[in-house]
Amino acid sequence: MAENTNKARTLKFDIFRYNPAEPEKAPFMQRFEIEEAPYMSLFLALNQIREEQDSSLQFDFVCRSAVCGSCGMMVNGRPALGCQTLTADLPDTIALHPLPTFGLIGDLSVDTGRWFRGMVERVNGWIVRQDEFDRTALEAPMDDKIAEKIYEADRCIECGCCVAGCGVANVRPDFLGATGLNRIARFMMDPRDERAQESWFEVVSDAEGVFGCIGMMACDDVCPKDLPLLEVYSYIRRKAVASIFSDGKDNPAKL
Amino acid sequence: MESFYTSDVLVIGGGLAGERAAIEAAASGLKATILSLVPPRRSHSCAAQGGMQAALGNCVKAAGDNANWHFLDTVRGSDWGADQEVARMFAEEAQVAVREMAYWGVPWTRLTPGKNSYFIKGQRVEIDEPEEKAGMIMHRDFGGTAKWRACYASAGTGHSVLYAVDSEVSRLGIEVRDRMEALSLIYEGDRCWGVVARCLRTGKLTAFLARATVIATGGYGRIYGKYTTNATINEGTGAMLALNTGSVPLGNMEAIQFHPTGLWPSGILITEGCRGDGGYLVDKDNIRFVAELEPEKQELASRDVVSRHMMQRVKDGKGAPSKFGPHIWLDLRHLGEAHLKTKLREIWEICRDFAGIDPVKEMIPVRPFQHYSMGGVRVNKDGQAYNMRGLFAAGEAACWDMHGFNRLGGNSLAETVVAGRIVGQRVAQFVDSETLDVGTALAETFVKEQEARIADWMGRKSGGASVYDIRDALGETMIDKVGIFRKEQELQEAVEEIRGYLQQIKTIGLRNSAAGVNPELTFALRLEGMLKLALIAAKGALARKESRGAHSRVDYPQRDDKNWLKRTLARWPLGASEPELSYEPVGLLDLPPGERGYGHATRIPLEQDIEDYNKSVDAAQKAAGRNDTVEPQGSQIKWGAWQQADGKAASS
Repeated sequence: MAENTNKARTLKFDIFRYNPAEPEKAPFMQRFEIEEAPYMSLFLALNQIREEQDSSLQFDFVCRSAVCGSCGMMVNGRPALGCQTLTADLPDTIALHPLPTFGLIGDLSVDTGRWFRGMVERVNGWIVRQDEFDRTALEAPMDDKIAEKIYEADRCIECGCCVAGCGVANVRPDFLGATGLNRIARFMMDPRDERAQESWFEVVSDAEGVFGCIGMMACDDVCPKDLPLLEVYSYIRRKAVASIFSDGKDNPAKL
Repeated sequence: MESFYTSDVLVIGGGLAGERAAIEAAASGLKATILSLVPPRRSHSCAAQGGMQAALGNCVKAAGDNANWHFLDTVRGSDWGADQEVARMFAEEAQVAVREMAYWGVPWTRLTPGKNSYFIKGQRVEIDEPEEKAGMIMHRDFGGTAKWRACYASAGTGHSVLYAVDSEVSRLGIEVRDRMEALSLIYEGDRCWGVVARCLRTGKLTAFLARATVIATGGYGRIYGKYTTNATINEGTGAMLALNTGSVPLGNMEAIQFHPTGLWPSGILITEGCRGDGGYLVDKDNIRFVAELEPEKQELASRDVVSRHMMQRVKDGKGAPSKFGPHIWLDLRHLGEAHLKTKLREIWEICRDFAGIDPVKEMIPVRPFQHYSMGGVRVNKDGQAYNMRGLFAAGEAACWDMHGFNRLGGNSLAETVVAGRIVGQRVAQFVDSETLDVGTALAETFVKEQEARIADWMGRKSGGASVYDIRDALGETMIDKVGIFRKEQELQEAVEEIRGYLQQIKTIGLRNSAAGVNPELTFALRLEGMLKLALIAAKGALARKESRGAHSRVDYPQRDDKNWLKRTLARWPLGASEPELSYEPVGLLDLPPGERGYGHATRIPLEQDIEDYNKSVDAAQKAAGRNDTVEPQGSQIKWGAWQQADGKAASS
């Protein structure tokens, strides 16, 4: 950690710059230098650069505690959350680019909002059920082990790091990515969801779905929430195959 | 360029309260449109961690819980500052709301029957949970409650609830315009017709016209600069919209909550659920001082009380030293690795990522940080803003007012979905009888006003202080002088300093002239409003010569029910250089003012008979400008029902 070194480092940030409102200026890399401080995250560093050196610099931070998923960016070529990345873990020179695969808003800011809303609509990312909510009824019981399992998948913060780091998503814009497949798995394992296995099969079984994955699993390496994306893929593949033979839900607690 | 856009219901803010209100409107067949600073799943609602209060009474330590208990705890927590009609309505509806979230897919932690091991008041306790409650929604203990009541999904409750609600928004096809900031209401006289909004992708302005407008923009914690647990976007943008009409009042802006456990020094929230699950607060000598000072509730007294004990400990030189200054320790080690990595998983991650510590083996450095805005756009119990037809508010942005001077942990997450639901219904009823009767000329006037504001900022010469320097100075003023402990001289200084900043911003300019959204301009457009909100909070705190909940005056340590059983209302008349403060009664009293059961404060009793007080409430509220444009729900109070909650504790 930086606090153990005797002298503060001078960090050199090479930041991708492009403002779509000024199309006459071609994209370029701009260098900024700042003194490293203890526990400095990219949240602190980028704000310091904006406030002291170039107030036109665009980037997104909201919660600054790795729960809102706003600040995905390429840090020395690898997708990561800016707020969760400490400069102490990085070399003196730090290259920052916007996440690929998403629309560019400006500099490091990308349009993940529209991508994720589109994904949710594509996979019908909600509980599908026929009954109406009954305000006088008690909640339907659920085994806590199933609730924990759903929660585990529900923890995805839709930061887009897995999509940006995905070899398939970078060449095939319609690929659902690990986050999309994880979202599907989340509803597949939820006993409140009444969709039949075949209906999932239609969404996941083409080249945009689980069989589009070529198995590099960068998603699993870069996920800032440590979601078990390897397990998600094997779960969905298993279910897709099993749906040919059976239409019943198995017990997700046994996964 | 798109310059006009129409909708039935326009919701400003894509967090839980706004989305829940939009769902209610859409479900009744109306076209609802949500404008949000960020994609809705990135709203600050996602950062709520430990739980959502609803008296389901499922586990053994929640046995016998019901809305009466929840009502009692909420009013006591508020230090009798709450509107008791609203608190009652809320407590009844919270149970429905939490079950609706289960219906929409929230993976609530569920009750496991048989032997469960808990930490209660420093002791490991084994409790047999009954078989017949297997799989029902589980509760954890939170501060200031008589029963275990917080329903939770690990320590990511807000995330899971927000994702469930946003999924419903997507299912209903409700349009969300993310990266869209409302800069001004569009209104004519006392009728609101929508907003002028600036696109945070392009910088372009659009007039959004609607039959009803709902402000659901969250709190204003960022007036405390970096001394807050709040997200960077909690800058009071919704309160400013209302304030800038000149006629709509904000309520209780001096009522500002400090959460006992922000991670030191970053201020990232560490949930109250840590103490609910048995965590200790200890000083540098490893003494559980809060447990000593609060023998009844121990670490689970209300947040205002625990925060004061902690800061007093630090002032007394008993804080643990660090290079960032002294702090208190939060000790979770005895809860064990399995518990920390499942039921408090997000806390374990935050400690790892942002402090480099493992709470399984190490204690967590914490200190109180600004956390919640009890104040906001003053609305009646239907969510209708005063003095402006067609304008509503819900959630933290509103002063509805179920929290009074201190909100209980877990009650805000519950409020978002309860208020969203109730206010959404009132909005739908209101819209039903209203037509969109507004010309584009009116909208254009307001668009031009904002264009002029932007041109003014872009045209000024830069030099001297930056907008960020003034933001930082404001944060220091607020934490030093309008913080946990308040007194006359410091508050007076704060008022003077903030007045100075308001003058100063007229003389400064931006440091860049980039076209498009321009992040510095985006912030500059919020700064004046933040300063105004801060001035109102400081003036309100200076004027309120008593201590109530989170408002703690060291020079007036008693709660004064004789003179201050009142809500502060603040308007900023058009063209004025100062806000105007006025007061209204807190509302009908069902639970008579009494002891909270923690915090040991003395009080000056209400002299009036309760019945006389209640008779004066309605008249006084009307005189103060209450505007019942919607058929009011009528009193929701179940008179005296709280007495049946539990004979002993309820009457104490």
